[in-house]
Amino acid sequence: MTALPDLAPRAGAEALLRQTGPARPRLGLGPALRWLLLFAGGVVMVAPLAFMLSTSFKYPFEVYSLSLIPEEPTLDNYRAVLGDRRFGWWFYNSLLVATLTTISNVFWDSLVGYTLAKFRFRFRQVVFVAILSTLMIPTEMLVIPWYLMSQQLGWLNTHWGIMFPGLMTAFGVFLMRQFFLTVPDDFLEAARIDGLNEFQIWWRIAMPLVRPALAALAIFVFLGNWTAFIWPLIVTNSQRMYTLPVGLTTFSVEQSVQWELIMTGAAISVLPTLIVFLLFQRFIIRGVVMAGLKG
Amino acid sequence: MPLYRNLSIRQKQVAWAWGFLAVPVLFYVVIRFYPTGQAFVLAFMEWNLLGAKRWTGTDNFARLWADPVFWKVFGNTFVYLLIGTPVSLVLAFTVAFHLDRVRFMHGAIRALYFLPFMTSAVAMAWVWRWFYQPVPIGLFNNALAALGIPQVRFLNSTANALPSILAPAIWAGLGFQIIIFMAGLRAIPRSYYEAARIDGVSGWATLTRITLPLLRPTIVFLVVFSSIGFLRIFDHVFNMTTNDPGGPLNASKPMVLMIYQTAFSSFDMGYAAAQTVVLFVVLLAVSLLQLWLMRDRA
Repeated sequence: MTALPDLAPRAGAEALLRQTGPARPRLGLGPALRWLLLFAGGVVMVAPLAFMLSTSFKYPFEVYSLSLIPEEPTLDNYRAVLGDRRFGWWFYNSLLVATLTTISNVFWDSLVGYTLAKFRFRFRQVVFVAILSTLMIPTEMLVIPWYLMSQQLGWLNTHWGIMFPGLMTAFGVFLMRQFFLTVPDDFLEAARIDGLNEFQIWWRIAMPLVRPALAALAIFVFLGNWTAFIWPLIVTNSQRMYTLPVGLTTFSVEQSVQWELIMTGAAISVLPTLIVFLLFQRFIIRGVVMAGLKG
Repeated sequence: MPLYRNLSIRQKQVAWAWGFLAVPVLFYVVIRFYPTGQAFVLAFMEWNLLGAKRWTGTDNFARLWADPVFWKVFGNTFVYLLIGTPVSLVLAFTVAFHLDRVRFMHGAIRALYFLPFMTSAVAMAWVWRWFYQPVPIGLFNNALAALGIPQVRFLNSTANALPSILAPAIWAGLGFQIIIFMAGLRAIPRSYYEAARIDGVSGWATLTRITLPLLRPTIVFLVVFSSIGFLRIFDHVFNMTTNDPGGPLNASKPMVLMIYQTAFSSFDMGYAAAQTVVLFVVLLAVSLLQLWLMRDRA
């Protein structure tokens, strides 16, 4: 099989949103069975989420029941968890850090990706390969030096300390470069003749053309930072500065056997992203495919 | 800027390019390359974070070599990889292959499979930890009890802890892999299948001779991506074993957790750095090996 044309990326991402597969629709026992099994598998996949949600509405005496529908639904757990001021702090910290990191990545990764795709200058290839090579360095290798750096510069236990390592990512640079390569040079040249400077050409002409890629990058970066655990765990040391995952760990350890409260905490920390997904399903799936296959 | 005005168009372009790259280059040097070098240097030192650093040559690596806990952890890490990657890929492909042929409620079923990917490992680790509790708390054991089957010790058994922690990790990543597989399947031109059908090729032969070979780029990507993920497993383990991280008796401890404990519980920075160097080499070797094994035999 030498004939492996550029099958994967874009065609796949677009085709995925067509609702048709390769086979012609058939009716009969086989397809029905296939559908049932797939559906059952899907139900199993969401079961943990369903049990988490259902338990968050249960009184302690009902936690051990296998029933998904609480006999006496209650909002007590939500009152208790949301009444805990710390959840407010953690939510704020996570939202702030994830949002600023996302903005930073969308700006810088695309600026670098654009420069590497559209400018001709010496050492361009060197810069590109050097940035790409950082993909091979695992975060775990860097956390110790980052910690030492933060300690010396007074960044421990600050928002800046949580987010500085992720402000730019090689993955984002690579993704954006791929997309900027598809932007025709004529567009940029026309803008140049119109008297726009290079920054304006990037920002006003090139950026709007790769909007889907920007959205894909934003989804990935936000989700990654919203759920990030090991670095926030290391760099923060007061409850005030914890992010939601770190706070949730502390909270759950404290509750020990009060599983209904732990489930409520878990539900609160995952509901925002779940709801966003359900609202923008097609958009997010396309973004994930684009980021996954191009990146 | 009279200086800028004197430049040729070409030189102006170069000036802009480096202007755009100035801050990012600084970032990559200071936040990526310098720390990488520092980790390599620390690996040859002894340092408890407070006292003076001391060169110890390859002592840290000799210590690792002689440390039975390290070998246990090293083995665990590969068990996570060697079970996690094939199981999740086979499951994901099976689902993707069939889901691709389903139209009725296609989007809804896809959403069911994808939802876990949108959750955080920490939150879901606690949900699964609850499932694994003994009677009368845990869902699984309660279900077993209802069926009259003896209890299973999940997280507090040296034999079961690791697979019990692996299960939610596989579960969480499945949605992503299914989506990527489906994109790969959709990218295969339909004419190939039509030709096969006209030639009377069986379903199985179509799968092994057409679908899988054409899916190779997708498979390579997913194997490398998920292998790296399993080799770096941490969040699930840490949260499901907070009372004895990586326990019982280190039965579920992966390398990243050992690094975390060595650095931030024992403050044995040099020893921890040496472990990160090993992790780096393992990740590099596994990625390169897979890329080489799955290279296009053209």
